[in-house]
Amino acid sequence: MTEPAGGIELRLQWRRRNFTLDVAVSLPAQGVAVVFGPSGSGKSSLLRAIAGLEPAARGVLRIGGETWQDAQVCLPPHRRRVGVVFQHAALLPHLSVLDNLRYGWRRAGAPADAMREWIDKLALGPLLARSPATLSGGERQRVALGRALVCQPRWLLLDEPLSALDAERRAEILPYLEAVKREARIPLLYVTHAVEEAARLADHLVLLDAGRVRVAGPALEVLNRSDLPLALREDAASVIEASVLGHDEHGLLRLDTPVGTLHAHGPAHPVGTRIRLRVAARDVSVALSAHADTSVLNIVPAVLQSLAPLPSGQFQLQLLAGGACLLARVSHQSVLRLQLREGLAVWAQIKSVALLV
Amino acid sequence: MTTLLAAILVTLKLAGLTTLILLLLGMPLAWWLARTGSRWRMPVGALVALPMVLPPTVLGFYLLLGMGPDGPLGQLTTALGLGTLAFTFPGLLLASVLYSLPFVVHPLQSGFAAIDAVVLDAAATLRASPFDRFVSVVLPLSKPALLTATLFGFAHTVGEFGVVLMVGGNIDGQTRVLSVLLYDQVEAMAYADAHRLAAGLLAFSFGMLLVMQWLGRRTALVHD
Repeated sequence: MTEPAGGIELRLQWRRRNFTLDVAVSLPAQGVAVVFGPSGSGKSSLLRAIAGLEPAARGVLRIGGETWQDAQVCLPPHRRRVGVVFQHAALLPHLSVLDNLRYGWRRAGAPADAMREWIDKLALGPLLARSPATLSGGERQRVALGRALVCQPRWLLLDEPLSALDAERRAEILPYLEAVKREARIPLLYVTHAVEEAARLADHLVLLDAGRVRVAGPALEVLNRSDLPLALREDAASVIEASVLGHDEHGLLRLDTPVGTLHAHGPAHPVGTRIRLRVAARDVSVALSAHADTSVLNIVPAVLQSLAPLPSGQFQLQLLAGGACLLARVSHQSVLRLQLREGLAVWAQIKSVALLV
Repeated sequence: MTTLLAAILVTLKLAGLTTLILLLLGMPLAWWLARTGSRWRMPVGALVALPMVLPPTVLGFYLLLGMGPDGPLGQLTTALGLGTLAFTFPGLLLASVLYSLPFVVHPLQSGFAAIDAVVLDAAATLRASPFDRFVSVVLPLSKPALLTATLFGFAHTVGEFGVVLMVGGNIDGQTRVLSVLLYDQVEAMAYADAHRLAAGLLAFSFGMLLVMQWLGRRTALVHD
């Protein structure tokens, strides 16, 4: 199936009693666009409006030359080639897993290959005869994912698919989401309020606040901006793309990053694997000279670009290290003692690096 | 044909047709009541429930007036060349439909209201049209409610008396139902016949309720 190239044009307005959604953004035709925002920011409303589930929403919605909504047209949900994974899976409770998969597949007239492909990739084979009531939360989401994908949608929308799961189940389903991201060949819209999920999955990031787009752009760019509320959070972090150089017998990975070579503990990956790293601002400190007598493994040269006071009394530093940005958090006292100022050359000491895999 | 057999046939025909019409009318009405946000929901809901509290003779009285030659319904049916409906089977059927309406609509309404709206949204995103969603999701998930509504509608129509007497009268083979026949037998002091009939209706009602309880237990087990 060939689709005309072109991105997604999205301009939707929706007024309710005490809430207005007013979103205008264009999204790439590929990859994962994460819509990130606090609860009540209108993330889920936006997703429902895209799917056609909020008939009161007005505006324009075009995807790769297909018009789902404009001034003349407003396709009902069953006529939009959309796949939706709801927060609580929303499987049809009276049908088996297989019949849930078949429900949309048959109506969409999708080929048998699509069914085989996703049963296989999402490891749904052993679940097919089961009833939804007997599945675990993680299994339910996997079935919901498969059910949406076997219809061969033009766009896959996921509404906080991990938020109802505990950490263990989340870790169980994330690899499947990665597989979908890699192999679905369609754009994904992923709604979440979890910064970890955004950092791990996003290619493109849309920050939503009170029903409006605060900022939208390539994920790494948006994630590393220090002028957004994201950077002021307790768990502020910078996200860096890396490729695996190798690992030693103690489980220490060597990673090539724009910041320089970094070391991190984690599972072994083949050389050349591209992964994302998350460096929490509170795990980065600065020194005026490179210390050799420290337990910190990752020390890279950097230039202090900006420093801003935080409500907590600490300072947040933005460092340019090689080709990437790092955030660091230091005390007021340290700023005075080291006479930190913009343009100063420093050494960034990175205490820990989290692999987003 | 004996009087008893005729009354049994009229009763079964009346209860069967009433239930069928009520299911067809009641499903969209109950769906609307269960899902709408309209400000008309409460008045319409109250109107549907009215026969539950209204003395049946009151309903029968107004229907009789309405169906009479001077009533709006009577004028309509006369203009259509159908004559008046009072003391005919169609008139009785209309009265039964109104009288048993809440007994069909209420179980359906609570059954429909219990369906998670997001499941229907999911079906919509899986390419199912509104009618398709009703048939492939709502009806299967409302099976217990449909059974309850059917049994209640049927049993309640079999048991009606006041409305029948007002609207249908007591015409052998046409509008005389079992409950009216029983009244006649008692009036005529034919207690042996009355006993037989009363015991039969008692057993029928008990059997209906037993079936309903059993179905309720079975669905409860399935949902566990």
